[in-house]
Amino acid sequence: MSGEALRVTGICKSFGGLKAVQDFSIALPTGSLRGLIGPNGAGKTTVFNLLTGVYRPDAGRVELGGGEITGRRPFLIAEAGLSRTFQNIRLFGELSVLDNVRLGCHVRARHGTFRALLRTPWQRGEERAIEERARRLLRVFGLEGRAQDQARNLPYGDQRKLEIARALATEPRVLLLDEPAAGMNSQEKLGLRELIRGVRRDFGVTILLIEHDMGVVMDICERITVLDYGKIIAEGTPAEIQSNPKVVEAYLGADDDAEGIDTAYASGRRPAVGGPSDA
Amino acid sequence: MASLPERSRELAPGAAGSALRSAAPALGGVALALVLHFFATPLIGDFYAKVLLDIGVNIVLAVSLTMVNGFTGQFSIGHAAFMMVGGYVSAMIVYYGSMLGYGSPDLQGGLISSTISGREAPFVTLADLMFAGSLVAGGLFAAACGYVVGLPSLRLKGDYLAIVTLGFGEIVRVLVQSQTGDVLYTVEEVRETPIWQLPTKVGGALGFSGLPFYSSLFWVFLVVSLTLLAAYRLKRSATGRAFLSIREDEIASEAMGVNTTKFKVSAFTISAFFAGVAGGLFAHTIGVTLNPGELGFQKSFDIIIMVVLGGLGSISGATIAAAIVTILPELLRNPEPLLRLWPALAGIGAVAAVAGLVMRARGRSGGLFFKAALAAGIAVALGFAARSAIDAGHDLGRYRMILFALALVLLMILRPQGLFGVHEIWERSMWRGLLHAVGGGGKGRA
Amino acid sequence: MVDKFLQTLIDALAVGSLYALIALGYTMVYGILKFINFAHSDVFVLGAWVSFATATVAGWGPGGEAAPVAPWVVQTLWGAVGLAAIATAAEAWLWSRRGRIEPFRLQRTSYAGTFALVAAWGWLSLGLAQAARLVKQSGDTGLFSGLLVLLCAMSTCGLVGFIIERLAYKPLRRAPRLNVLITAIGVSLLLQNVGQLEAMFGTRPQRMPTFLSDARPLATIGGTVVTDADGSTRLVGGVKIQPVDVIGASTALVLMFALDFLVHRTKFGRSMRAVSYNPTTASLMGIPVDRVISVTFVLGAMLAAAAGFLYGQKYPGLNQTAAATWVLLGLKAFVAAVVGGIGNIRGAMIGGLLIGLLEFFGTAYVNPELRDVYVFSLLILVLLVRPSGILGRASVEKV
Repeated sequence: MSGEALRVTGICKSFGGLKAVQDFSIALPTGSLRGLIGPNGAGKTTVFNLLTGVYRPDAGRVELGGGEITGRRPFLIAEAGLSRTFQNIRLFGELSVLDNVRLGCHVRARHGTFRALLRTPWQRGEERAIEERARRLLRVFGLEGRAQDQARNLPYGDQRKLEIARALATEPRVLLLDEPAAGMNSQEKLGLRELIRGVRRDFGVTILLIEHDMGVVMDICERITVLDYGKIIAEGTPAEIQSNPKVVEAYLGADDDAEGIDTAYASGRRPAVGGPSDA
Repeated sequence: MASLPERSRELAPGAAGSALRSAAPALGGVALALVLHFFATPLIGDFYAKVLLDIGVNIVLAVSLTMVNGFTGQFSIGHAAFMMVGGYVSAMIVYYGSMLGYGSPDLQGGLISSTISGREAPFVTLADLMFAGSLVAGGLFAAACGYVVGLPSLRLKGDYLAIVTLGFGEIVRVLVQSQTGDVLYTVEEVRETPIWQLPTKVGGALGFSGLPFYSSLFWVFLVVSLTLLAAYRLKRSATGRAFLSIREDEIASEAMGVNTTKFKVSAFTISAFFAGVAGGLFAHTIGVTLNPGELGFQKSFDIIIMVVLGGLGSISGATIAAAIVTILPELLRNPEPLLRLWPALAGIGAVAAVAGLVMRARGRSGGLFFKAALAAGIAVALGFAARSAIDAGHDLGRYRMILFALALVLLMILRPQGLFGVHEIWERSMWRGLLHAVGGGGKGRA
Repeated sequence: MVDKFLQTLIDALAVGSLYALIALGYTMVYGILKFINFAHSDVFVLGAWVSFATATVAGWGPGGEAAPVAPWVVQTLWGAVGLAAIATAAEAWLWSRRGRIEPFRLQRTSYAGTFALVAAWGWLSLGLAQAARLVKQSGDTGLFSGLLVLLCAMSTCGLVGFIIERLAYKPLRRAPRLNVLITAIGVSLLLQNVGQLEAMFGTRPQRMPTFLSDARPLATIGGTVVTDADGSTRLVGGVKIQPVDVIGASTALVLMFALDFLVHRTKFGRSMRAVSYNPTTASLMGIPVDRVISVTFVLGAMLAAAAGFLYGQKYPGLNQTAAATWVLLGLKAFVAAVVGGIGNIRGAMIGGLLIGLLEFFGTAYVNPELRDVYVFSLLILVLLVRPSGILGRASVEKV
């Protein structure tokens, strides 16, 4: 496959008077790995929510593999091939690890309630196929030993991995990862980099990644989009982004005097400390 | 990797073997129902056979409510309304059907419907089929209502949905109570009344009396078996997983491609179907008058108690809880069999206490044993209290609702997921969880 | 025609203001803890029954003689005193072992303080009942002993509300809402069935003594005065404004405005609103969240008790505590809270009056048997069309 996996043109969203996302456009070539960064409150997760249908964009257009999905219900968007993970992990805690991934296969399953009640041959075959696929995914993520455990009993890092596995079970064309490295230690983060690269290679998905850990973003992303106050302020390769003065300003505040910091406070936003220097 | 449909076709078993395996549990259910019907009554006596009937009806109710409240986590407190709809539809069909077909509302069923021993009748008659059909019809009507009640669940969550289901139940109850006329008691009246007016002649506030008692152990436990089978197969299928995922996290579920709207409504519909069938069974149970006053939200609360005690989402839990909740009042009225267990309980408590002390002496916590000893002690104390209350002439059966209410509150504080949580009794994870809860997390997390 | 309309209007407003009183309790608890306190309608019923019991103790009961206080009440109160003493001693000992002084200081974690509070509160309620008896014996016509009975019912139900919150809801602060809802149903069933015990109120219906005679209406509109043979006059037809309606509605109004003032104009009200907005942040700001929640429950329970007393004055027939009619009354008040916009105090008032109007006009002009259907249909309609109610604000779930 070639061409664009995801094309977003000028989507906007406001909550009351707050313009959370303004005129956001992005085009992801098939198989690419794009980073989406920005200070806290820049609107990154809102972009994900707009793409996946949790919120309806006020304006703009979202196309997935050529077909328009703007403002559709989330489950239809998932069916069309866009899947995601969540910033604050949203696993099905009481269910087993295996069932979490099996649920991801739901969208590709064909059998309905009546077939389930009658246990038709087709239904049995499909359940077997789903289990097989789910177990294979768990093996890829090194979770096969915990298949029967309750998802909420997994360690934090494994929960993040399980979310990715569950998202991949929906057979997405485009995968949105929302801060997969949050809460991981540096060892786990190294593993995560390899994992994301592997996922892209083996599953052939296009990935859009929100991440605060610049080490991860700069290492694995081919291109990076920077968001601040709901607007795109920069786009380019990691090297370009690192040297872009606008990006540095967004992260550190205006660098000339204390007034810049004060203005940042007055506008109700904490100037982020750290930022690109982590890399 | 082959696509899921292709792989499914490869892995699908042969049709013949599959059909057999698909039908076998249902046939097993028929066999169980027959065995219970023909052998249980002589063995346990008429009184406990009736208790067994009630248990069966309550199991169907509790398991059907589990599909909504347990699986999808939508909280319905109007379940008795579905039961009422199914019960009235079924009762109307059987009563007026018998009137028109047989000229009398009496029981025309064969041996599988009769609860009287030594009655001469064929094994099964046309009237039995009418009864079975009326159950299905009642279920379908209730399912239609379930669909309608399910629709608000698209917009409402949690408490609000609960209150809407309750409001719906009350509306249905009041309508049946105040907008229906007296039951027609003679064949002439029935013949003269146009057939489309018969549904309004169901007794109003006085209840629908004079119904034949078709609900035998056979019918009740046939329905129990089929309900359990259906619930289990649902839970272990893509549909059931979709239900459970909605309960766990609706937003994530939708993001994973589950049409939450559709599944919530279908949970309500399926659940209402079985509640309707249970209502049909209930209406034709000996010693019952179908009365809207008794099928208000308090009946719904009774069913909720069963579901919650059993564990929201556990089919076996709901089954066991339904049995306990039904049988407990009888046991309270006549607790002799339980009271005989005292010495054994006291012994267990003493052994557990000693074991706990030994563990403590060896530097382990021994918390599990202390808790067991405490539980045994409480049980013994309760036994003494019951004994002296009975000797003082109290009827303990009157305290049943107090006990259930206390159990509900305590359970929510101590073990919020109910006895079994979402698990089934034969699953290892359930026992691990239960031991963990009882042991107070002595072992820590794995 | 006009008579009927006016009479319906008066009844609707009188009962509607009682719905509003009960609805306030639902709405306050929902505003702060975000759950339906199903047991609230049972507190209302309890209020009516406690009023009845107190009135019997005071000498207004069916027999006319002042009945003795049930022995178990006194025993329980002494038990509470004993517990308080034991807890105080135990805490004093613990504190002394830790080398601190101040063992008797009332503080939030102190069991001794809680037990002492409960004991004192219980005695206060009993004292109010005894005071009502003394007032009655001194020849009161009903107004003052009625007031004391009302206070006693409010105090007792406030205490019950406090205990319910501490024992049943407080352990569930962090639990899912569904569990709290189930607990509330459990508490509701518990109150209903405990109330039916012979030692409590029994299962026989009773007649609430009315402190305000309705033989002589405060005012009449229209109608004709008929003079009977014995020279006494009667009013036939016309609209009667009974003292109970006026006093009921005005008590309800006064209490509602007092509450509105408390919530919107005082420091405590500010803490309440803060807790409602975000309990965690409020506690970080130094607001004693547990105490605010307790007081909210107590206030709600007291208002419900007042509604129970006043309802008993208007409709003196008391059903057993688990009777569906009682529970339905409470539920209608909940509907009022939802219709007005749950969590919103002024909304509860509007909702209560609206439900009263709907119910009484529907009963008088459409079909009396369907009065519950109107109310619940309105509920479903409002929830589908505008789930946040008339004055409520929609909330957005954060992803």
